[in-house]
Amino acid sequence: MSMPFYVSPEQMMKDRADYARKGIARGRALIAIQTQECIVIVAENPSTTLRKVSEIYDRIAFAGVGKYNEFDQLRVAGVRAAELRGYQYSRNDVDARSLANQYAQVLGDVFSTMGPKPLEVELLVVEVSDTPANDRLFHILYDGTLLDERRFCVLGGDAEGISKRMESSYRDDLSLDAAIKIAVAALTGSERTLDAADLEVATLSRHGKRRAFNRVGDAAVASALT
Amino acid sequence: MTMPRFSAGDDPGASFPDLLRKVGMDPFPALGALGGDMTSFPHATTCLALTYDGGVVMAGDRRATAGMSISHRTMDKVVQADDLSGVAIAGTAGPAMEMIKLFQLQLEYYEKVEGQALSLEGKANQLSMMVRSNLPAAMQGLIVVPIFAGYDPLLSRGRLWDYDPTGGRYEERDFVATGSGSTLASTVLRVGWKQQLSLAAAVDLAARALWEASDADTATGGPDVLRGIYPIIASIDSSGWSRVADQVLAATYDTIMGEVRKR
Repeated sequence: MSMPFYVSPEQMMKDRADYARKGIARGRALIAIQTQECIVIVAENPSTTLRKVSEIYDRIAFAGVGKYNEFDQLRVAGVRAAELRGYQYSRNDVDARSLANQYAQVLGDVFSTMGPKPLEVELLVVEVSDTPANDRLFHILYDGTLLDERRFCVLGGDAEGISKRMESSYRDDLSLDAAIKIAVAALTGSERTLDAADLEVATLSRHGKRRAFNRVGDAAVASALT
Repeated sequence: MTMPRFSAGDDPGASFPDLLRKVGMDPFPALGALGGDMTSFPHATTCLALTYDGGVVMAGDRRATAGMSISHRTMDKVVQADDLSGVAIAGTAGPAMEMIKLFQLQLEYYEKVEGQALSLEGKANQLSMMVRSNLPAAMQGLIVVPIFAGYDPLLSRGRLWDYDPTGGRYEERDFVATGSGSTLASTVLRVGWKQQLSLAAAVDLAARALWEASDADTATGGPDVLRGIYPIIASIDSSGWSRVADQVLAATYDTIMGEVRKR
């Protein structure tokens, strides 16, 4: 009779974490920034059809990095959770905190018990409010860790380096164009450049229509970068 | 509440009603045999739509009746469905309002899940399926008959559809009316409609059609000058939905009443 290899729980978790982290590090990063007029999300994404950033509900947006099919399924699940809650109760009862908790639960479950492998994704759930102080930026890690961020939030490969660059350039009175500019500078570092076609940019407007989510077209991104 | 997740074969896709069924909140539940008089529930009446040069105008009165009494004076029977379309509903108010809500949610839900909006034709088809889902209730007297209209960016013009209680969908070229005052309203439209109407002329014609409907049909509300309640009239063109302001309608009805006095 053969004996199964013994793997300590610590080792198993570490292996799973390494696996997920490697998958995420392969993907390209994205940044969300709070400004006075909106929350802007800037993602490095050369595809024009496979979106990383999208609308969940009236004032809530979603962004994912890592494996596309995995975070896109989670995006749809988020739209469903939000719409069901809005249908059952009221549109005002849909909030980012509850959604972020549900995402954390799904990722945590898959990481620790249910899945054959952890999901190779990191998620961002942001909700815009009347003032930046009441905005919500939730960053959810592959293992279900839920972080409540302020000012800006970086997801994906080389998040540490990008955060450092953001830390030095962030101000709380940024215009939309300036925010796009520093986000792109932080994403690229000093060695490479990105133009509008390599970027996916979207905003959640603080004031305006019920649906706050807007995509920023290539032309507008290009003019912000000049 | 936990996040709704489905296996690939079980996924309800971009259909919000299907999602509701999956999670046990069927929006069109099977009804047992209902007794009683369905006319005792609030009914909404008389909506219309007509094309003009550049889009469509939709209009509806504000009254809901329950049997012989007026149950509501400020019903919104004509509502925006999404950026480029609107829906108007006649029939039993409860299921009608629920269907409007579900239809609005479905259009937005589809757009978010699929990443692009449905075509105007696709939206008209969606509404047809919802009316058909309501057929068991319609057979018991809870009838819902909508009008759907909007601007079609593929054809660069306004289009409109009416429905029968079985979900039958009929595209009309020029104008359509539904509800208890529809015969009266569509007569006015038939006499007054012509090619290439201007927006102002189309709004005026819609106001007159509702006036004549309310003049001879008790279930249709006229302009309520005393309370300042006017019909809802809205236009949809390439730049979207815009509702005609009550002040404008007040002036329009002032003119109409002046003409009626001189008859």
